[in-house]
Amino acid sequence: MKRRTLLGSAAALMAASTLPSFAQDEKLKIGFIYVGPVGDGGWTYQHDLARKAVEAEYGDKVETTFIESVPEGADAERALTQLALAGNKLIFATSFGFMDATVNVAKKFPDIKFEHATGYKRADNLATYDARFYEGRAVIGTIAGRMTKSNKIGYIGSFPIPEVVQGINSAYIHAKKVNPDVEMKVVWVYSWFDPAKEADAAAALIAEGVDVFMQHTDSTAPLAKAQEAGALGFGQASDMAAFAPSPRISSIVDNWAPYYIKRVGQVLDGSWQSQGVWLGIGDGEVVIGEITEAVPAEVKAEAEALKAQIASGEHHPFTGPLKKQDGSDWLAEGQKATDEELSGMNFYVEGITAPMPK
Amino acid sequence: MMIDPIAVFVLLLGAATPILFAALGELVVERAGVLNLGVEGMMIGGALAGFAAANATGSPAAGFVAAALAGAALSMIFALLTQFLLSNQVATGLALTLFGLGLTAMFGKPYEGVKAPPMMAGPLGLNLMIWLGLLMVPLVWWFLMRSRAGLVLRAVGENHDAAHGLGYPVRAVRIGAIAFGGAMAGLGGAYISIATVLQWTEGMTAGAGWIALAIVVFAQWNPWGALAGAWLFGGVTVLQLRLQAAGVAVPVQLLSMAPYLATIIVLVLISARQKFGRSGGGAAPGSLGRPFHALR
Repeated sequence: MKRRTLLGSAAALMAASTLPSFAQDEKLKIGFIYVGPVGDGGWTYQHDLARKAVEAEYGDKVETTFIESVPEGADAERALTQLALAGNKLIFATSFGFMDATVNVAKKFPDIKFEHATGYKRADNLATYDARFYEGRAVIGTIAGRMTKSNKIGYIGSFPIPEVVQGINSAYIHAKKVNPDVEMKVVWVYSWFDPAKEADAAAALIAEGVDVFMQHTDSTAPLAKAQEAGALGFGQASDMAAFAPSPRISSIVDNWAPYYIKRVGQVLDGSWQSQGVWLGIGDGEVVIGEITEAVPAEVKAEAEALKAQIASGEHHPFTGPLKKQDGSDWLAEGQKATDEELSGMNFYVEGITAPMPK
Repeated sequence: MMIDPIAVFVLLLGAATPILFAALGELVVERAGVLNLGVEGMMIGGALAGFAAANATGSPAAGFVAAALAGAALSMIFALLTQFLLSNQVATGLALTLFGLGLTAMFGKPYEGVKAPPMMAGPLGLNLMIWLGLLMVPLVWWFLMRSRAGLVLRAVGENHDAAHGLGYPVRAVRIGAIAFGGAMAGLGGAYISIATVLQWTEGMTAGAGWIALAIVVFAQWNPWGALAGAWLFGGVTVLQLRLQAAGVAVPVQLLSMAPYLATIIVLVLISARQKFGRSGGGAAPGSLGRPFHALR
């Protein structure tokens, strides 16, 4: 029975791909795989908002489906294959760890277009898109540096991959700029979504004297912990406004909707091409959530000025002089980091004392 | 870079409490000869029910009562299937875990993003549930080892045919044990949602139920061992995060592996002891996981 449906859908797929004129009369089917549940209130929630925005924009012309809580690894390949066999013509794989699975499945289905978030492997039918989260980190790092009373700020990391390391460095550089005494504590939880562990990590940072922390994990558990302990934090990926005005004093929001709407439009009118884009605050993909009244007006103004400078391209968060953690030179005065350097970033900048995990 | 050992111990007690509750419950279930792999499902059921009730009433205590009831109710599905319909315990337990995760994902939607009411404070800055968890260890030990009812329960677990021959109600004892295990798992789950994470998120128990099962084996079916196991597992989690926060380079993977390695070593020790003829106490209950059907 299962094999029959499989063959059936495969046959339908072949029929659809050999008859493009016929396929155009039908809805464009779009599939999404998510690493967490849509109710995580963070990363996956934002991707799902963008999926809904696509539906709202194109109405009857598109039909979207999603598979949530897909583990990174072999299971992702199965989920992607399932979406491909179900007749989806455009598939969004929305986590870094889906990279190799997406590459493999894209190879098997050359007629289907794939979009992979935050990865770097591309093919003719596989595009990548990413957000310059580190630009947002610069802004909230500034706020954190100003708001800390203990001069200890914390960072809850997921996995030590370049995207997260950029965020830690960017936050530290900008916190240090406004508060030379600031110290950065880092805790890795080795998960994108594990509320209990994220809460424990927040508790560990607070016990270490940290009073303002940032997170690069997907749940709101650290903010709940911050509230209990009287510490401050930031919304991550999603606005997490339920915790405003305090402990959530601002947030970095991933706004995927404009990109998704644009790319779906390109598939509909046939102009879709594989590409790799990296969009930031200036493109509206990284949004700084409301800075609440818990933050003094002058700090808020300072953060917003920095945001404007980053948006206009006037300020690059990684501008020299900067040294690496081991004291070796990285960027000379006025020199800006290239995208290649950033996408492979595996070191801390000078001043961060936490060890980089191997 | 000094880490205050007392602060670590306080964090450890918090991290150990949910798995201690679940492990003590499962320990009693297994002592009665039943293997219920549905701990994770019952925990997540308790996590949601407890959170929902705590929110509706504003009282965490009401939340924990509801969590215990929800855990026990879920365990009754398992009891019905394995004790009356004699289904395979391993498969049924796994199904219960999957069922619990799915059911709570569905009914939990309205509670996403909602905050929990403040937790009940207790003496020495530890909340009341931590104290209750610690209190349950001697209580369970006393019940199993010193009370007549506990003796009957162990007899049922060691050899259900003999216990039946002596006239003990094997099925009733087991159903009671399963309900207790469910209630305890529910309490453990609710501790995660009400006291640790302070909110509801889908799949939030994240494997705590499986750790509880490992602890029961590690503990050699002894409540004091369960306490040691919960502290070991909870302690490793807390300590590695704490060491990281203090800026110490820790081999996280090695540390995370340590409790499981310890469990394997304990298993090896148990079988070595059995092999060399000294059948000391503490090995698995004789009828563990075997279905019971009264033929005569």
